[in-house]
Amino acid sequence: MGFMGVYLLLSLAGAGAGMYFLLKEIFPDQSPMWSISQYFIYWILIELLLRYFMQKLPVMDIKPFLTTPVKKSTIAHYILGRSAASIYNVLTLFFIVPFAIVLLFNGYPAVNVLLWIVGVMAIVMCINYVNLLVNKNDKVLIGIGSILVLGYVLDYFGVFSVKEFFAPVFHALYAYPITVLIPIALAALIYYVNFKYLRDKIYLDAKLQSKSVEANTSDLAWTKRFGEMGSFLQLDLKMIWRNKRTKSQVYISLLMVFYGLVFYTQDMYSSMMPMKAFVGIFMTGIFLSNFGQFIPAWDSSYYSMMMSQNIPMRKYLESKVSLITVSVVFMFLLTLPYVYFGWDALAINFGCALYNLGVNIPIILYFGSFNKKRIELDQSPFGNMQGASATQFLVMLPVMVVPIIIFSIFYYIFNLEVAVGVLSVLGIIGFAMKNYLIDLITEQYKKKKYGMIAGFKEKAS
Amino acid sequence: MITIENLSKIYGSQQVLNIESLNIPTGQSFGLVGNNGAGKTTLFSLLLDLIQPSTGHIINNDVQVNTSEDWKPFTSSFIDETFLIGYLTPEEYFYFIGDLRGQNKADVDALLAQYQDFFHGEILGQKKYLRDLSKGNQKKAGIVASFIGNPKVVILDEPFANLDPTTQIRLKQIIKELAAKEDVTVLVSSHDLIHVTEVCERIVVLNKGEVVKDIETSAETLKELEVFFGAESALPVTE
Repeated sequence: MGFMGVYLLLSLAGAGAGMYFLLKEIFPDQSPMWSISQYFIYWILIELLLRYFMQKLPVMDIKPFLTTPVKKSTIAHYILGRSAASIYNVLTLFFIVPFAIVLLFNGYPAVNVLLWIVGVMAIVMCINYVNLLVNKNDKVLIGIGSILVLGYVLDYFGVFSVKEFFAPVFHALYAYPITVLIPIALAALIYYVNFKYLRDKIYLDAKLQSKSVEANTSDLAWTKRFGEMGSFLQLDLKMIWRNKRTKSQVYISLLMVFYGLVFYTQDMYSSMMPMKAFVGIFMTGIFLSNFGQFIPAWDSSYYSMMMSQNIPMRKYLESKVSLITVSVVFMFLLTLPYVYFGWDALAINFGCALYNLGVNIPIILYFGSFNKKRIELDQSPFGNMQGASATQFLVMLPVMVVPIIIFSIFYYIFNLEVAVGVLSVLGIIGFAMKNYLIDLITEQYKKKKYGMIAGFKEKAS
Repeated sequence: MITIENLSKIYGSQQVLNIESLNIPTGQSFGLVGNNGAGKTTLFSLLLDLIQPSTGHIINNDVQVNTSEDWKPFTSSFIDETFLIGYLTPEEYFYFIGDLRGQNKADVDALLAQYQDFFHGEILGQKKYLRDLSKGNQKKAGIVASFIGNPKVVILDEPFANLDPTTQIRLKQIIKELAAKEDVTVLVSSHDLIHVTEVCERIVVLNKGEVVKDIETSAETLKELEVFFGAESALPVTE
């Protein structure tokens, strides 16, 4: 968490500082302040959307407080106050403060700029508390999403300029400092509504309890065809489908198929073959790296059972291999349409898929044995760094970078055919040695077993 | 069936278990009692090769537990809720365990039918995932799952805790029946002296990691245990 967090904050601050110059570049004839005001309404809507997915509601454990002599209104204030300190609110601060500093250096009046920051933070608080009120309501989500799309469409086709309509509204926050009172008053009002609502709900059986979903049973009988491995495969599929975090990994992987469009459609990259190798490795291996790097931590909450049950370690690993193999093949099939951009795209993707199958699968499984961090499957799906550690970033190096280097070397010395051929041959060699490699990995997992069991038992704070 | 020799577990400078030798013959119902921190769960975890012994070893039916995996087919256990897979329904969980132990659906169904009473209609057909069941019901599912596949050694850690009175009585019956089978060795740990003396032929008391009592259960056993643990609490604080 630490590493990624610092990285994120730094990039936000950098983006904030650079935003002034960027806006100046894109809209040279208007003040960056006006430009940012134009997009303010979109930012609010997008932030509401993102928070819907990412921000955890403060469903804190109120149980211990209920029997202590603490007033319910105090508890309500505490819950709400805690959410004000949420990391998502701080993120905005990291963006706008550098932006404001650049404004000051460019001769914008200090009072206006400072009060503008206050105003923006008040709006952030409004967003924060509106999000609590929304309380993960799907209908509201669809509503916000539609407004966002509708606004953009109106803007895009020039029917009605949403940007121009709202620009003066938000620009006023800067131009007339006194208007800062409006978002503050609004934030206070929404806070009060939340407070009233919460205070009456502080009972164990009321709103604060998380709800349980009705189970839908499926026996996935077709997995039986895989013999002994079938039952593990079935277990993995159920795990992926019934837990938020794994499910979102699948969605993310599927979306990443479009990543190729970014590169294939731009002339800048059309001559850069190594870039295409990167895209190929990335698209066919996205599930491999996203899911594979946390094996066996996905099973962490019941790992001691898996280790004492009648499960040979090898069978367990083999079933993971087949699952990832299927994903690589599937992702490759999804990238087939890129043949539209030329046969070399298809050839590169094919070579990359083979390399992923033969070389990267054993590598990622091997590094999996270093996993010692527990993953709670049912916790917030997006932006969850649980189970991640520096190892994960190190693993990505051999998995992503090495094939690109190999490809580049052979591409620049010889040609595309040789480069693709080398990747494919490496993949096929790895595939041929599969049994031997899995044996090695099995030994490694057996050696690390006790450490994993102990590590997975420790609940993350 | 189970032979323990020179077994010890040391964390840092603290010795949490030290058993010179302990022999559990086939078919015995073996009870383990002791206060918190006495080393009961440590012993069971060592039996299941979940932790590594600092010295010594355990031999389970001629298989040395920490060097071979061959004890797994005939040994089953329920230690705590980490033995359950939260995102499965109880049925799916039973079938999965059945799969691992070479039992088909019909075999598992036949076994489950015997435990209808024990489940009390709260486990099967509930359309709930295991993670959404109450602690007691989770325990019921875990205990019954450990009976799947005709295991020769059954290890249950604190099976009576969290169960309601009716279920506790039924569980005692079940364990007794299991123990009555000549080839099944049952290992149970408990804080409840009455239950454990009722279901076990032999009781071993652990204290600070060491075996302090090894008794064949008789009419006086309960009294003896109560005196032992009573004396622990009545011990005057002298320095």
